[in-house]
Amino acid sequence: MIAAVLSLTLLGAALGIGLGVAARRFAVEGNPMVDEVAALMPGSNCGQCGFPGCPGAAAAVVAGEAPPTLCPPGGKALAAALAEKLGIELDLSGVVDEGPKIALVAEEICIGCCRCIKVCPTDAILGAPKQIHNVIREACTGCGNCIERCPTEAMSMQPVPMTLQHWVWPKPAVA
Amino acid sequence: MSAVPIASPHAHGGAGVSRIMAKVMLALAPATLYGFWLYGWPAIYLWIVTVLAALLGEATCLRLADQPARPVLLDGSALLTGWLLALSLPPWAPWWLGAVGGLFATIVAKQVFGGLGQNLFNPAMVARVALLISFPVPMTAWVAPLPLTAAGAPGLFDGLLVTLGSATQLDAVSSASLLGHAKAELSRGVDLLHSLGGHPLSLAGYRPGSLGETAGLLIAAGGIAMIVMGVISWHIPAAMLAGIALPAAIGHAVDPARYLDATTHIFSGGALLGAFFIATDYVTSPNTRAGQLLFGLGCGLLTYVIRTWGGYPEGVAFAVLLMNALAPAIDRLLKPRIYGRNRKGAPLPS
Amino acid sequence: MGLMEKIFGAGWGIHPADRKRPAADIPLRRIATPSHLYVPLQQHIGAPARPVVLVGQKVAKGQLLAEAQGATSAAIHAPRSGTIVSVGDITAPHASGLPVAGIAIEWDGEDRWHEPDDLPADPFALAPEDIGRRVAAAGIVGLGGAAFPSALKLNLGKRSGIHTLILNGGECEPYLSCDDRLMRDFARETVEGIRLMLHATGAREALVGIEDNKPEAIAAMTAAAAPFGEVQVRPVPARYPMGSEKHLFSTLTGKEVPADGRTTDLGVLVHNVGTAYAVQQAIRLGRPLVERIVTLNGGAWHAPGNCVVPVGMLVADIVTAVGLKQDPARLIMGGPMMGTQLPGTFVPVVKGTSGLLALTADEAAAGEAQPCIRCSSCVRACPVGLLPLEMAARIRTDDYAGAVDLGLKDCIACGCCAWVCPAHIPLVQYFGHAKGELAARDRAKLRTDATKRLVAARAERLEREAKEKAEAAARRKAERAAQKAAEAAAAAATADRTTEES
Repeated sequence: MIAAVLSLTLLGAALGIGLGVAARRFAVEGNPMVDEVAALMPGSNCGQCGFPGCPGAAAAVVAGEAPPTLCPPGGKALAAALAEKLGIELDLSGVVDEGPKIALVAEEICIGCCRCIKVCPTDAILGAPKQIHNVIREACTGCGNCIERCPTEAMSMQPVPMTLQHWVWPKPAVA
Repeated sequence: MSAVPIASPHAHGGAGVSRIMAKVMLALAPATLYGFWLYGWPAIYLWIVTVLAALLGEATCLRLADQPARPVLLDGSALLTGWLLALSLPPWAPWWLGAVGGLFATIVAKQVFGGLGQNLFNPAMVARVALLISFPVPMTAWVAPLPLTAAGAPGLFDGLLVTLGSATQLDAVSSASLLGHAKAELSRGVDLLHSLGGHPLSLAGYRPGSLGETAGLLIAAGGIAMIVMGVISWHIPAAMLAGIALPAAIGHAVDPARYLDATTHIFSGGALLGAFFIATDYVTSPNTRAGQLLFGLGCGLLTYVIRTWGGYPEGVAFAVLLMNALAPAIDRLLKPRIYGRNRKGAPLPS
Repeated sequence: MGLMEKIFGAGWGIHPADRKRPAADIPLRRIATPSHLYVPLQQHIGAPARPVVLVGQKVAKGQLLAEAQGATSAAIHAPRSGTIVSVGDITAPHASGLPVAGIAIEWDGEDRWHEPDDLPADPFALAPEDIGRRVAAAGIVGLGGAAFPSALKLNLGKRSGIHTLILNGGECEPYLSCDDRLMRDFARETVEGIRLMLHATGAREALVGIEDNKPEAIAAMTAAAAPFGEVQVRPVPARYPMGSEKHLFSTLTGKEVPADGRTTDLGVLVHNVGTAYAVQQAIRLGRPLVERIVTLNGGAWHAPGNCVVPVGMLVADIVTAVGLKQDPARLIMGGPMMGTQLPGTFVPVVKGTSGLLALTADEAAAGEAQPCIRCSSCVRACPVGLLPLEMAARIRTDDYAGAVDLGLKDCIACGCCAWVCPAHIPLVQYFGHAKGELAARDRAKLRTDATKRLVAARAERLEREAKEKAEAAARRKAERAAQKAAEAAAAAATADRTTEES
């Protein structure tokens, strides 16, 4: 009887100490997952998801406050990558991915006000006061910030045209 | 062009699922017809009931899953499942045995797993084992052959009564199968040299057993025909029969009074049906030739072990199911080597 | 086949009905040049060529239209003499039906070759590098299908110690006979091309691998190569995909190419026989690659056979010239195993076009995809040793990483698996989809990295600007303070003077 009580007590104490030491010893500062997820994000901090920048969005996704599908510029590919990272099942069939889009300046309407240049997170818009602006296609992330700032509605989001190099065979319909 | 483009290849070898199933059925037909003749109308009725039940189970599940049932029923897989199950039942078994078995095979053993190609275990064998465990008495009630053309054979109507289970006046010569008889006598302390005197092994199949058991030679002929037609390869049947025959030969040489000889083992029970038609089921057997050899050998050895030392006189169904469970592991273990890589998948040194 | 191979079934590939005859036995024809030719600027792996002609300019046959741009690229030449009509988009010979940039030429009805500048009297006296340079200038690409610029491969020779050249005359695709016809009709030229390639690479011997279903080609090539000991014709068993570079290499040498390497790592360079002929034409006659032999085959053609077709000729014009018996169920560029379904007939022939198949409904593979029955025919057919059924199952559930683990990247898209599949599962499409999807993800990753750099650059710029602004403000403030002080001093001085005056 006493032996049993003693051994159990000892066992409990040893394991408890072990757990306590492990908790101190291997404590992790912050959540490394947030950084890893943030690394997957586009990083343009465009704010379309409603969170303060990409790190904010990453924290929200890791905390489960936002779905992995929160990032419009990232599209389906990012959603899949996030879901894989977080180890959650994701039904992408419902996600409408209109494909990547980038901003385009309607040259006949642009008045050269420079407002769009100021909000572009990647400095993808070229222009000077009273000069027609232009978007560098390779640098545009499609965040859409410039659309709201344009006083003449000269900015619009246009789908990136599909090219031979980017075309992907569609997945066969499941029998 | 608006339609989705068609990917290469634009040529096809001409193989088809329903064509493969049709070939299997063709190979199965002679043995089945011989069994029908040997056991008469009750066997025919039981076969019909079992096959219909299997088809009904498949159709019901597909209907519940909102999938079109017709194309799937036409591929012949459910029919084949029911057919194989019917071949493994006692020919004069009551109708409900076939019905329950057929439904169980397609619903529980196949559709619950996701339908064709998704099941881990052979549906016919799952159903047979379920019936054997649940209804041991009717599942072991074998009758001596009573050919259609024989004087005392039940006719069209009497046969139906047998299948419906209400034909008490038509007392067939009930009897044990050879393996069952041998096991029972052994457990009573009568050795094989004495017990088998009244049970000669009849290669013509003129002895009690299931449809698929008695016509051993025809089953083997059908199996070889399938190998010739390229439906199956020789690997699984050869390995499985070797797996039964080798230990049987050794055991018999050591102590003929305790261990049956190899020929009796091969031609008894479901050994041949199992080797050619059950274990070779595409869905539940390994992908590679090496894996198939291992799988077949395992089926054979387990069959012998269960028959000789297990509680049941026959072990093919259990052996196949056990090896089915191992098939994914075998596939994992024996992957083909990728060109330019070693067995572990690392690139070859240049 | 060894005993182990027989027992374990390690044999690779399939044996489809070759359907090469009677088309292969019909003498080579020349096809009438149409009024317009549409030459794509990208007919090769790599960057598109850069046009060097202007609309309205007159060009001679073989004149440079566009020059190679970047390390992996190939020059494009005028297939016929005429006038440049436009530079713009044309439908690419690709299943997607997407456009590709190209140059349209209106034929002037003449057959005037562009004068080559410096034809060598003895091509074998040329420096090896010079041959590579001339091959590049002639815009020659691998004619076996991949269309990799040939000069790049030839130039590898000296650098990586190539000792053997393998000439791929396998032509394992059913229906096709353009290489067969070339070897029968131009064996002498092809052998000379092979010897030029040996000269260019410094290789000691050349093995010409020809499938044994082409006895006439084997005989012709053997006869043409007889005087030259270094060129040997090696018949190989007819088996698909024997024409795959790695499989022909293994059949001829008994070695295996490492998964992360190329045949050149083992001192062997593989070229198509058509490429050898093109090299001979370029070096001996100074003629760039502007036309090729194309096999017209399939039940829907009026007169199947092989034709010499200028690059840039529309399929529609070939249809008009040769005629169709019936509307083809499927129109394919290339062979039936790996060829591309054409989106229409307004598509030009390119350097890599080996055949145009007009298949009837009976010939074209069609069948509703059914669930996989795990018969594992595909596993045994796969020449690479993959598990197509398992890979497709992974891809079906978007598990691309799982498919890669099973060896997706080793897949050569030969189509053996889908050819044998009794359930008609479009396995090659599954793999094509997954490979494209993975490439898209890699691109997205690159893009994300680029975006991060841009964002960082912007942050730096904003910071710098703020700092500059602050500095400027501080400077202005200091200036203003100095000015104020000066003013104050001046005012004080004035006040002093006033006081003094008063």
